[in-house]
Amino acid sequence: MARLARLQLGEQELEPMARELSAVLDHIAKIAELDLEGVAPTSHVVELTGALRADEPRPSLEREIALAQAPAVDDDGFAVPSPQA
Amino acid sequence: MSDLLELTAARAAAAIERGEVGAEELFAFYRERAQRDAGASGDGLNCFTWVADGPADTPSPGWGKEPGGAAGGPLLGVPLAVKDLFCTKGVPSQSGSRILEGYRPPYTASAVGKLTGAGATLLAKTNQDEFAMGSSTENSAYGPTLNPWDRARVPGGSSGGSAAAVAAGLAPWALGTDTGGSIRQPAALCGIVGLKPTYGSVSRYGMIAFASSLDQAGPLTRDVTDAALMLRHMVGRDGCDATSLQFPHEVELPRGERLDGVRLGVPAELTGEGIEAGVLSAFRAALERAEELGAELHEIALPHAPHGLSAYYVLAPAEASSNLARFDGVRYGARAQDATDLLDMYTRTRHDGFGAEVKRRIMLGTYALSSGYYDAYYGRAQRVRTKIAEDFATAFAAVDLIVTPTAPTVAFKLGEKTGDPLSMYLNDYCTVPMSLAGIPAISIPCGLSEGLPVGLQLAGPAFSESRMLDAAYALETALQFDGSGAYA
Repeated sequence: MARLARLQLGEQELEPMARELSAVLDHIAKIAELDLEGVAPTSHVVELTGALRADEPRPSLEREIALAQAPAVDDDGFAVPSPQA
Repeated sequence: MSDLLELTAARAAAAIERGEVGAEELFAFYRERAQRDAGASGDGLNCFTWVADGPADTPSPGWGKEPGGAAGGPLLGVPLAVKDLFCTKGVPSQSGSRILEGYRPPYTASAVGKLTGAGATLLAKTNQDEFAMGSSTENSAYGPTLNPWDRARVPGGSSGGSAAAVAAGLAPWALGTDTGGSIRQPAALCGIVGLKPTYGSVSRYGMIAFASSLDQAGPLTRDVTDAALMLRHMVGRDGCDATSLQFPHEVELPRGERLDGVRLGVPAELTGEGIEAGVLSAFRAALERAEELGAELHEIALPHAPHGLSAYYVLAPAEASSNLARFDGVRYGARAQDATDLLDMYTRTRHDGFGAEVKRRIMLGTYALSSGYYDAYYGRAQRVRTKIAEDFATAFAAVDLIVTPTAPTVAFKLGEKTGDPLSMYLNDYCTVPMSLAGIPAISIPCGLSEGLPVGLQLAGPAFSESRMLDAAYALETALQFDGSGAYA
């Protein structure tokens, strides 16, 4: 699960994490007792239709401003380590 | 007490307009108070993560070049404290996290831009639980904020810095955000007013996201009138947030001191078991005052509300696990050094940058969304959300507003609940159902228990803010809560 979440957890973090998550999941499991047959899911409370704007070109952040907070920059772009060691 | 400290934000704006107080004088007064708290390290309340040097530090709205802080607007230079998670151009915006340490965004959040555009000036950024995940402000990478009523206790959270700053008179008013109670619960624990607006009425653009279908910005203020005034200048459709809506009318300032004919619903599920005795007795005493003012009390049922917490702690972490994927050490914030490859850089950056509660919620959300568990957790939680919204719709056919205690307890001691995440989550028991339904709710102080403030929550149907504020104002006027005991 930690790998899926792109999280590294140390040895000392694993045991309390497992214990705490189990307690929370046990509490959450109470919703399994409800009869929810035929109930529609709510993903959002706002009913929205046609929220798209016109697709017109307009100015965006300048490159140097967008790059200004980056930990590493190379060739006018964000620099990252190689995907393969 | 100083004359300036006695002024609420609305009265300060009026005094500036009449020429009795200078905007610069008011700013200097609060800047000195805020700076003293920020500079006191261990001896202060630790409300702030940044304090402005002067009104000129107010950032421009959006990512434009025009200066901020139009002192001629209706807010006339009244200083504003802003929760750290609102992006403020060129001003540290770290959402209480180590992973965003030193981050200065290239643009300003719409809610902040609207308020500064109306004349407010940026006084300070306030401390919070990391990424708004918490109910005590103990999860901040920048240390906990203390409750001004009792420094051994938490101010609530996640907008604890904003709540404590207003309660202690270190800022006239403050901006916060509420996902499952993060404005209302700290307002209750600090003895001030906190309002979560109808979902969609305030733009989320530039708020560092926690759970996008629940996050809403709102005011933390000394009184109900200030809450209405700030809300008036925050609401509105914003092209930068596709879920924002046009507020149907201008938010009115509250008036009237009676509650004649107002039907208040008291849900058995949120006003009995699990609520501390002292909180219940202050709540019941306030209901008696409401009746004296002419209100009718009705027992109502919100049968699915007790399951709100379970649904919330599936849905909010699920959305958070997706929203927080953007913190990967590539574009901004901290990055772990000497990574062997890209994946190693991601996982180590997130290991070093996130605190324990944020990791816990990312794990919970990732689990709830994972193949094989999705239907049992996320799918069911979404259906519980529907049932909770239906419960409210049924209730509002019979009553105008619903009243509950805001939080099950008064402010608890620092460290009391950090070892037990579930007991911390139970703080949100009375506030989460309204968040899931997207309806507005306000917390006002209604009395003391063990010398600590108790909050009363009023909730109404979507866009009923003006009616809710009127009722809150009538109750506030009758209850005459004195919060000056918390002034620093």
